[in-house]
Amino acid sequence: MSDFLFELGLEEIPARMIAGAEAELGRRVTDLLTREHLLAAGATVTTFSTPRRLAVLAERVLARQADTEEQLTGPSWKVAFKDDAPTAAAQAFAKKAGVDVSALQKVTTPKGEYVGATVKRAGRSASEILAADLPKEVLALYWAKNMYWRAGKPERFVRPVRWVVALLDSEVVPLEIAGIAAGRESRGHRILHGDAPVPVFQACDYSKSLLGAAVVVSVADRRQIIRKALDAVTRTVAGARWREDEPLVETVVHLTEWPSVILGNFDREFLALPEEVLVTVMRDHQKYFAVEDANGKLAPHFLAVLNTRADEEGAAIIRHGNQKVLVARFKDARFFWDFDQKTPLKDRVEGLKHVTFQKELGSYHWKTEQNLHVAQALAKLLKAKGTKFDEAALFQAVELAKTDLTTELVKEFTELQGIIGGLYARAQHLGERTALAIYEQYVPASMEDNIPVCVEGQLLGLGDRIQTIAAMFGIGMEPTGSKDPFALRRAANAVVKILAESELPLNLSEVVEAVAEIDGKTVDSVRAFLRERLNFYLKDVRGFAYDVVNAVLAAGADDVRDAIARAEGLAAARGSEDFVAVSAAFKRIKNILRQAEEKGFALGNSGNAKAVEAVGLRDAAARVAPEFEKLRGQRNYAEALALIATLRPTVDTFFDKVMVLDPDETLRGAHLALIHEVLSNFSTIADFSEIVTS
Amino acid sequence: MQSFWAERGCVLQQPYDVEVGAGTMAPETFLRVLGPRPYKVGYAQPSRRPADGRYGENPNRLFKHTQFQLILKPPPVNVQELYLESLEAMGIDLRQHDLKFEEDNWEWPAGGAWGVGWQVMLDGLEITQFTYFQQCGGLDLDPICAELTYGMERIAAFLQDVDSIYDIVWARDPETGAPITYGDVRLAEELQFSVYNFEYADVPRLWEHFNSFEAEAKSLLEQASAVLNDEKASPAEKRRFPLLATYELALKCSNLFNLLDARGAISVTERVGIIGRIRNLAVGVAKAYASQQAAGSQ
Repeated sequence: MSDFLFELGLEEIPARMIAGAEAELGRRVTDLLTREHLLAAGATVTTFSTPRRLAVLAERVLARQADTEEQLTGPSWKVAFKDDAPTAAAQAFAKKAGVDVSALQKVTTPKGEYVGATVKRAGRSASEILAADLPKEVLALYWAKNMYWRAGKPERFVRPVRWVVALLDSEVVPLEIAGIAAGRESRGHRILHGDAPVPVFQACDYSKSLLGAAVVVSVADRRQIIRKALDAVTRTVAGARWREDEPLVETVVHLTEWPSVILGNFDREFLALPEEVLVTVMRDHQKYFAVEDANGKLAPHFLAVLNTRADEEGAAIIRHGNQKVLVARFKDARFFWDFDQKTPLKDRVEGLKHVTFQKELGSYHWKTEQNLHVAQALAKLLKAKGTKFDEAALFQAVELAKTDLTTELVKEFTELQGIIGGLYARAQHLGERTALAIYEQYVPASMEDNIPVCVEGQLLGLGDRIQTIAAMFGIGMEPTGSKDPFALRRAANAVVKILAESELPLNLSEVVEAVAEIDGKTVDSVRAFLRERLNFYLKDVRGFAYDVVNAVLAAGADDVRDAIARAEGLAAARGSEDFVAVSAAFKRIKNILRQAEEKGFALGNSGNAKAVEAVGLRDAAARVAPEFEKLRGQRNYAEALALIATLRPTVDTFFDKVMVLDPDETLRGAHLALIHEVLSNFSTIADFSEIVTS
Repeated sequence: MQSFWAERGCVLQQPYDVEVGAGTMAPETFLRVLGPRPYKVGYAQPSRRPADGRYGENPNRLFKHTQFQLILKPPPVNVQELYLESLEAMGIDLRQHDLKFEEDNWEWPAGGAWGVGWQVMLDGLEITQFTYFQQCGGLDLDPICAELTYGMERIAAFLQDVDSIYDIVWARDPETGAPITYGDVRLAEELQFSVYNFEYADVPRLWEHFNSFEAEAKSLLEQASAVLNDEKASPAEKRRFPLLATYELALKCSNLFNLLDARGAISVTERVGIIGRIRNLAVGVAKAYASQQAAGSQ
């Protein structure tokens, strides 16, 4: 039993690609070893990565495959041997099987006598297999962006391969990747260790050997070191906390081989800039963590994760350098902020004519006009329904929503569009509702986000997105398959989410119809698109079972919040045995009605039913119906559905005792009418025939 | 820096004497990276970006900054280590600093050029753009080359630990010790060119210049195509065709585009079209140049 170590040494891999590649390499090595029967029981495969390497350690690898014996059957004996002499057929089979003709045996099967051969295959050594097959696996790793580096362009990879370590215990596996022969020499930290090679003598010593060269090869270890260091350094400021930022932690984990953390400071005067701007500069541009005081307010400090271990003097130099860069960036931001105030948002509407929204559609000025139409239509609906909101603030917000695209600050920090507009609106005293609506127009950006808190923001976001979706569909830019270049799915998800989680009394068709100037065909496809996103929302965000979602949407998919309530009711009812039985009965009813229709049987009058069980069902249904409608009206779907479940005994006896498709036409018509009534009266919450019952 | 790279076999070139936006655009990079012939060159290149002008008021942004541009074709296997040595040679003790190579892929769409690489961060400051060129002038490169672009003002401000580029000491009187700063030398230029680029540059005339340079470049490209594709033309005839001059005309167009852009004279819709026009010239020259080189080596 051996340990197999493989390390691929590269020039710095982009941080965002490392985790995926590390996992994929682990999978590929595991699959290769499994495929080749080289993993012993209890084998483990561990992966490692740093910016300069991907590595895998497989423990309990067999030194060689077991020998195998395989029985091959060839042509019939009569064809293969004439007068005991081998024919061409026998020769060919022996050649194919890789045995001598004299080794062929007679095999007797129920079908007759055939030629057989026993093929013995000696197991190959792990070293041989890895040398032959691993390089292909490695070069097949997926990278979001590749490059060539060698003359003649023999291979593409994320960055140049600079060294390869491949060891079975202490023996080098003779493989070659991108022109580099594997050895036992790894490399250490660029600065802390320098260029001297780092020999790995035993595969299982990998982590330890690299630790000695100032490289922590385990991602989990680096993450822990960084988190602890962030905590420890922050503790030097009384009452301070660092702002949790998981994506940033992951980024710095993949930017370092030997992480440490320093605390830097900046002048309090910059705290006058909006927090959003400060945090964006620190996080997105400098990869610093923000620090807050005990009240959660931003404090004039930052944390930088270094890829080195500096002594006191070095730390002072590094801190000084980082502080200088940050202050210069803050000064830039302040310059842009002040500069932008010279032209208030109101004077920027005209300038939107020069900012393209979409080539075939028009500028953001056009977009703003369209959004105003949508907002007006939505406002009219809401007023009719008695919803309270600030109409003037809404229209002002819609008019100014995109003007921040012309500001220097948004040109510098594109990720802050909307937010900057909201901050400027506030600074320019355009009213808190207007400012907040503009600020929140792009949330929710994902399904984890909250929706805008103010009604005006919800309406702005809703109208903006539905207009975009409809206009894009109108010019044939709808998403197809995995392609969604304008992120229309995300926009539609946000529409559904806002309707689901706000109090807006709007259903999906009302929202779609608020967009003027789209044709009927586009309306239909946008509606279908939104319905598909509602399906996604119920399943993936709310976690309802797919059959519950199908059942609920089949009974109506326009009122989002109602669909959720019905799904909740149905999900609760679904646990009851009686309800499941009734669902099965409904499915049966649907099938019978379909058969009847195919055979041309007409619905009759349920009053003509004679059988006790049929009359019983009719009476029970008539008794339950008003109460069911009442509960449904109150959206008390769980109880309404529980009520349907009480029909089970009568439904069951009906199907047990009554022949629905009675030869007598009157009775048959009565039965069909009866079950049709039951089905249509009680399918208004969900189409139970969609429920998977067993 | 120059002597460091000269000792490693690089040709030390002088700055190119036509306005460019980046060292990449100088023919020592743009044209030399094409074709199979190895080349190593380094030069300081004043790089004009009219829209970045700040009237000399911003301590970190300049209309014209200086790039030290280095091309290693093909890149040696220890190119990163050489780069780090070059930093040490400038007096940066890397053991006292934090250095990271962070992904940053470079492209110049108007030049049909792109590559992958990093921005090199030193204590949070981007000091170098390190690119493995993959394509130039719309042509796949083989061999590829490494391009190192050092931001000289930034590095000098870093080494001298000054808060403003204008405070960099450029020279010092050996007797009195009195400094001559970057500001003494360049502030007026930054101010006046900002004023010209943003306020005075005459838009209709800039367009005239643009159209006229473009017309001449196009006409030359057509003639180049005729000569280079003429089977009867001798290698000598092909070799003497003035593609280098044609390329200068394309550079003129690129600079005029940047000026027009700074003047706010180019709408977003027009933008794509004009970049396309410059690209046609740059890519046209690159292709013709590659075929001229191939003809010359026959």
